[in-house]
Amino acid sequence: MKFSEAWLRECVTLETDTEELIARMTMAGLEVDGVEAAAPDFSGVVVAEIKSAEAHPEADKLKVCQVSTENDVLIQVVCGAPNARPGLKVAFARVGAKLPGGTDIGEAELRGVASFGMLCSGAELGLSTDDSGLLELPADATSGVSLRDYLALNDTIIEVDLTPNRGDCLSMVGLAREAAVLYETTYSIVGNSLTPPSIEATFPVTLSSPEACPRYAGRVIKGIDINQPSPSWLKEKLRRGGIRSIDAVVDVTNYVMLELGQPMHAFDLDKLQGGIDVRFAKQGETLTLIGGADIELDIESLLITDQSGPLALAGIMGGASSGVSTNTVNIFLESAHFNPLNIAGKARKYALHTDSSHRFERGVDPELPLRALERASELLTAIVGGQAGPPITTEEPSAMPGRAHIFLRKARLSQQLRLSLDEGYVINILTRLGLDVEQTTEEGWQCLAPSWRFDLAIEADLIEEIARIYGYDNLPVAIPNISLKTTLDKETVTPLARMKQLMTARDYFEAITYSFVDEELQQLVIPDQPGVAVKNPISADMSVMRTSLITGLLLALKHNINRQQSRIRLFETGQRFIAGDAVIHQEVIAGVITGDRSSEGWANQNQAVDFYDIKGDVEALLSLSGIAQGVTFEVGEHPALQAGQSLIAFNNKYKSIGYIGKLHPNIGRFLDLNQSVYLFELDLQAITTGTLPAFWEITRFPSAKRDIAVLVDQKVSFSELRQVIESSAPEHLTDLKVFDVYEGKHLENNRKSIALSLTFQLNSRTLADDEVNSAVDKVVAALEEQCSAQLRG
Amino acid sequence: MNELEDLSEAASQAISNAESLAVLDEIRVEFLGKKGKVTGLLKGLGKLPNEERPKAGAVINEAKEKLQALINERKLSLENAALAARMAEERIDVTLPGRNSSVGGLHPITRTMQRIEDFFIRAGYEVATGPEIEDDYHNFEALNIPAHHPARAMHDTFYIDEKTVLRTHTSPVQIRTMEEQEPPIRVICPGRVYRCDSDLTHTPMFHQVEGLVIDKDISFADLKGTMDQFLKAFFEADLPVRFRPSYFPFTEPSAEIDIQCAKCAGEGCRICSRTGWLEVAGCGMVHPNVFESCGVDTEQYTGFAFGMGVERLAMLRYGVTDLRMFFENDVRFLEQF
Repeated sequence: MKFSEAWLRECVTLETDTEELIARMTMAGLEVDGVEAAAPDFSGVVVAEIKSAEAHPEADKLKVCQVSTENDVLIQVVCGAPNARPGLKVAFARVGAKLPGGTDIGEAELRGVASFGMLCSGAELGLSTDDSGLLELPADATSGVSLRDYLALNDTIIEVDLTPNRGDCLSMVGLAREAAVLYETTYSIVGNSLTPPSIEATFPVTLSSPEACPRYAGRVIKGIDINQPSPSWLKEKLRRGGIRSIDAVVDVTNYVMLELGQPMHAFDLDKLQGGIDVRFAKQGETLTLIGGADIELDIESLLITDQSGPLALAGIMGGASSGVSTNTVNIFLESAHFNPLNIAGKARKYALHTDSSHRFERGVDPELPLRALERASELLTAIVGGQAGPPITTEEPSAMPGRAHIFLRKARLSQQLRLSLDEGYVINILTRLGLDVEQTTEEGWQCLAPSWRFDLAIEADLIEEIARIYGYDNLPVAIPNISLKTTLDKETVTPLARMKQLMTARDYFEAITYSFVDEELQQLVIPDQPGVAVKNPISADMSVMRTSLITGLLLALKHNINRQQSRIRLFETGQRFIAGDAVIHQEVIAGVITGDRSSEGWANQNQAVDFYDIKGDVEALLSLSGIAQGVTFEVGEHPALQAGQSLIAFNNKYKSIGYIGKLHPNIGRFLDLNQSVYLFELDLQAITTGTLPAFWEITRFPSAKRDIAVLVDQKVSFSELRQVIESSAPEHLTDLKVFDVYEGKHLENNRKSIALSLTFQLNSRTLADDEVNSAVDKVVAALEEQCSAQLRG
Repeated sequence: MNELEDLSEAASQAISNAESLAVLDEIRVEFLGKKGKVTGLLKGLGKLPNEERPKAGAVINEAKEKLQALINERKLSLENAALAARMAEERIDVTLPGRNSSVGGLHPITRTMQRIEDFFIRAGYEVATGPEIEDDYHNFEALNIPAHHPARAMHDTFYIDEKTVLRTHTSPVQIRTMEEQEPPIRVICPGRVYRCDSDLTHTPMFHQVEGLVIDKDISFADLKGTMDQFLKAFFEADLPVRFRPSYFPFTEPSAEIDIQCAKCAGEGCRICSRTGWLEVAGCGMVHPNVFESCGVDTEQYTGFAFGMGVERLAMLRYGVTDLRMFFENDVRFLEQF
């Protein structure tokens, strides 16, 4: 909410400067979000009257005006504004004036005619955005007076960012009341006078949904002159409150809203039929709003209607057909109370956030309607004339909001704030805030909340009020003293942080990608799993929740490749979402690598990474929790991976827990990637839970190592060889390593050579050579028989 | 005995001229070996009269020892020279960079989050996590934010369906903790949250760490103390911290926490919008309605809750000026942390 500081100071005497006022308000919970001058710096601009405006002899669009200021001396000014006309009061920048932005006004010659100054538009003075013509001042403005004084421009516009609970401060009254509490002073609002009815005319009002609209004050005013402009002071106050001037009737209703906080509406009486009924919409009803937008109403929408149908969306916006127009003569003023619950959410639903809905959904003082109606009548009749009928309040007392009764316990207050406050001090704060302290007992205070504070309902609310006025910064500071069981995490679960450390030590950077991704790309990566769709995504490429972290990582990888990075190693951990009756959240870890194996360096290998690099990273990750033995990899296919370079990981219950492999070339092509990418994704829960280390005795007896090399078909996998070896070797085979793989020209077609190193060892004694030799013979025989292997010489 | 002197002279000459260990060994064999020249002199002692033999023998042995010492000396010197030569040959450019030294790094958000977690874990808090696709009840209703509450406008919510949202804060984890656990409770809830907002200063996903403490006799003073200590520890500075009344549906009293802008030391600059202060967290005493939703006895227990945006803290701590950098995963950005 924006307001004029000068206006606030009219309502409450504040012995302080702007800076301190802003700080005090902010520290009381009315956060000041912006401060600006009511008008930019300018000088030498005065009120002047155009005495004559003749066509310029050399230019069609220019006029040669004679203007007068404090005396009858005529000053010649050349002006291009279409509204320059004799008799108009304007803002005149004299020779020597300085306009906003530092423009100096001097004598000039325009197309051969001398000009001594400049007539200004609102935009040129920074008072509006209107640059279509001269700023028109009222006819009674005194010529020669400085415009700054005339419009009282030496003022500050303060913007407070009010929290949703403080609807009571969305008005000058509210702000003045709050300031008076903070500065321990009093406030007053002018204009409490009544406008006695001069005619009998009324307009009937029915409240069909009193729980939503329990009070409706209305008044007929006839015979107004809608062409009378709003006075400058009113327009200026509206402008500083951030509201555009429309016409006197709308301006006055807006002014009363700014002043008292009561949103109002004016109907063109001659366009109303029968009587007003405040009711909920019926199925299928529509309304054309001010501005021309048509909306279809749902049955939860509260309406102002007449016999012809909907007139206005109650408390939010008026309709186009029943509003005040330039032809309006007779009006019906509405000043009603709407239940916040019936307004809340509606404006958002129709995407209509208005000053009115903003206030009604936060709660407007139910005691205001009549007072606001009187204030508007007073102002309106003074500006546009007319005869007012009697103000009529239609209400359903049983549906009116009650004022909250709250008991504040002394013990609770001092416990919550760790502070014992003087009883008189507490009562003083509560009273200044507008609460009636009805009773003081040993235990506490029985209070009645003021009608304008919808946010005061329970004891905690009063504790906050006292803390707020006392000052949060003045409250004591302590450290919680509570005893809790001291615990440790399960040792068998590897902490996520440890996993991340390993990845970073293996030269990966951690990425954080969005949890929502592009559906098309995700379908390429994980085609067989529908993603959870977001109903209102921010864009199409963030429309579905990820079913895999790979999608986001691939995009991050591409982002880097597009920025001249060719060696990229990224990993991410986080939730993926599997659609179903209940969405499954699964914590996973995933990685992608591409480019050289090592960073560029004189001594580093600069071959491109391959499958075994990423497999090694995964194996290292698995060994962290000590469950590497429980996880098996099987040759398998995955839509994201190239067949023949992919592995599926299974846990010991033969449940798939992830995959490793080379990115499928189709996806690479889709992403326009010209280099091989390897990736993995693993279920975190499956790989973090391992076993507690269990000591086994290190044998004293030496091991025996034998190397063999065999030729096998290229199709034969190491895993097949290992199975054969492990099942044919005696138990004292303790280790099996591959130390060389060769597929090349010196070998027969389709054959490869695999060199294996077998280690034998016993706990109980040293193995004899012949025992080892016979074990190796057995292994070789089994390999020959089952894998068509040939032992190489 | 001139023969001995001549031999010794010749041997010493040869030893000092020997340029390799092999040559030196040949010299040793030539003079001192079993069939060596000096050894040969010993064999000639038999020709001397008995009484002269011991003396002459002693003289020869003395000469032998002298020669042996010369050989040893020469040998050591040759060995040292060889070693020096080898070391000279093995000299390398030690100023070249090491092999495979590159390491990756944690994302700055993780780094910041771990720092926050570390502080609270030391203070006895447990870490709790929960689902990111959350039901309306846990994200809003149980937190005293009924449908149509104006506060819902503060949360631009992503919806999955009418009753399911992407959590707008990690507060639902607090609710789940209270549902599952009896007080006393001391817990922090780090994680991803989502709001339907995307511009220079908002990303549709970001991270929060929220905290909850429930026990008998927890007060606003405890909240102030906890957050004050945390912020000073986190920024490793004796920063002025202020508490400003604010509003959250799930706390009452509620406060926003500001730290003094470190950039301008409170003078007012672009970073702090000329206010001298930077908002870093929200907090308050748990609203009784929230306790009631979770079955916590409001007469017996009180508590406080707080929440902060991790990106915000990371930006302030590391001077990151563009929020969106966090999610682009540009390696040139990531390697800065």
